[in-house]
Amino acid sequence: MKSRAVGKYTVLVKYTVLVKYAGAVLLAVWVLFPMYLLTAGAFSTQNGVYQYPKSLWPDWSTGTMSFFWDSEGVPAALGRSVIVAAITVALSMLIGTPAGYAIARYRFRGRNSYQMSIVSTRAFPVVVLSIPLAVFFLQWGIYDTVWAVALMHTALVLPFVVLITSSVLAGVPVDLEEAAQVFGCSRPGAFWRVVVPLAFPGLAAAASFAVLMSYNEVFAASILTIERPTLPALVLNALSASPDPYKFAAAWLLMIPTFVFIFIMRRYILGFGVERRL
Amino acid sequence: MAGGPPPGRPAAARRRRPGLAPYVLLAPSVVFLVVFFILPLLQGLRLAFTGENGQWGLNTVHGLLNDPGFWSSVWNTLIMLAIILPVQLVLALAMSLLVNAKLRGSGFWFYIYMLPLGISDLTSGIIWYSVFTQQGWLNSVLQDLGLIHQPFIWLSYQHQLLIIATIVVAEAWRSTSIIVIILVGGLQAIPREYSEAADVFYASPWQKLWHVTLPLLRPTLRTALILRTVLAFEVFATVIALAGSSLSVLATKANNAYTQYQEPHLAAAYGILIMLLSLVSTALFLVMLPVRTEQGS
Repeated sequence: MKSRAVGKYTVLVKYTVLVKYAGAVLLAVWVLFPMYLLTAGAFSTQNGVYQYPKSLWPDWSTGTMSFFWDSEGVPAALGRSVIVAAITVALSMLIGTPAGYAIARYRFRGRNSYQMSIVSTRAFPVVVLSIPLAVFFLQWGIYDTVWAVALMHTALVLPFVVLITSSVLAGVPVDLEEAAQVFGCSRPGAFWRVVVPLAFPGLAAAASFAVLMSYNEVFAASILTIERPTLPALVLNALSASPDPYKFAAAWLLMIPTFVFIFIMRRYILGFGVERRL
Repeated sequence: MAGGPPPGRPAAARRRRPGLAPYVLLAPSVVFLVVFFILPLLQGLRLAFTGENGQWGLNTVHGLLNDPGFWSSVWNTLIMLAIILPVQLVLALAMSLLVNAKLRGSGFWFYIYMLPLGISDLTSGIIWYSVFTQQGWLNSVLQDLGLIHQPFIWLSYQHQLLIIATIVVAEAWRSTSIIVIILVGGLQAIPREYSEAADVFYASPWQKLWHVTLPLLRPTLRTALILRTVLAFEVFATVIALAGSSLSVLATKANNAYTQYQEPHLAAAYGILIMLLSLVSTALFLVMLPVRTEQGS
């Protein structure tokens, strides 16, 4: 009786593996196929975009893309998007990592309340913050600049960066850091030479979060800019008045940089959940 | 106090004599968060509870409640949330379990599932607009299959629920990856021994999921639910890309109030309302799904 149960169990396990692979493929198609459709739209001729019924294999052409690229303000807006993302990741890592380290390494009065406030900032969505900030930025004279958008984006990602870096840094054994100090490293030296290399995957993941959130953010960017929008804000403003080729090409251009970016970061993102087991 | 910290505290705590160091390290972030969270929050409250003439009162709140389309934007937001929570949680759980199942090329699957993470709500909205628009991919395929004879209008203002459904599809497609990251993190933190112990007793994969994995994943699931809910109140560009002006949610109303009607007071009131909804739903999840904290943080 017992061996029969075990036999049935083995069959069940084999069957399960098959189902798992089928599921994995199905979910991959669900993710990738819409991206293909957008690509097919963005690389049709402009007339092809309006063809009906559409063919899943269009007449490939760069006409739609170059039409979009030549539209007013597109290259400049893309440039601003890149600058905003760069400022955001630099500021948020510079401010957030020390805070994450403090939480990971020290027990001090106010530690819990600090953590609580960091977590609770997530309850203040971008919608709440950007409209009052627009009023401030007008007063400070930085409204409609890359700095206005970058400061807003930094505020949005900073809590994430603090939480992620603190859990990542907590995963680096204190002993290693102390050993480095025993052998003559200063505390910052030990941090730089021992902790940062060990925690690098997690820190990179935190930075990747910052870049992605900034590059994709459209609500605050559309509130905080008028004449000098980032790419998503430009596209959003033009959305109701623009033809389909413009939309598809814009969406494709917005999709691609992060596509590459996630490819570079993929191992680090996986390292995200691992740090707790170190 | 001369005896040092009481025994039983974590090793790190016993070794450290913090002094001022942690406060110095925290200071920049505290300053930043005060300037960019507390001040805007106070400013937002001030805007929401003063009128155009700067007098305190409930004029703006009245304006909010009587704003054309206010209640429909509230309902649209809540209906969308109610549909998207279960849909996305199941989807994210399936993806996370598959990523964690150590399939061949698990890094490859993970990479693919993470791709939408790098895609904005605007892009996602446009992608699904290309699917659902009148001359779009869905109608093309249906017509090729002979299921329809002329394009069906999916994104019509006359079918609000249908538009919401397309928004849910777009959101489920795009933002599931964020939930997957959280869930995979939680799954990997579960020691293998639990699963191995279940194997010893010939637990079926289904039993393992229900009786081992999901209970251990509870804190992570709660975090995922809270994040998903807060994000749902912010859904914005997807709605504009798919619905244009024929359907509004709270965030699109807030944006319109500011950018089109130049009414910062009304826009701020929408913002405060969204914040309240986020806070209340977060509190609800925290109360409804209590988590034992034996490990501390």
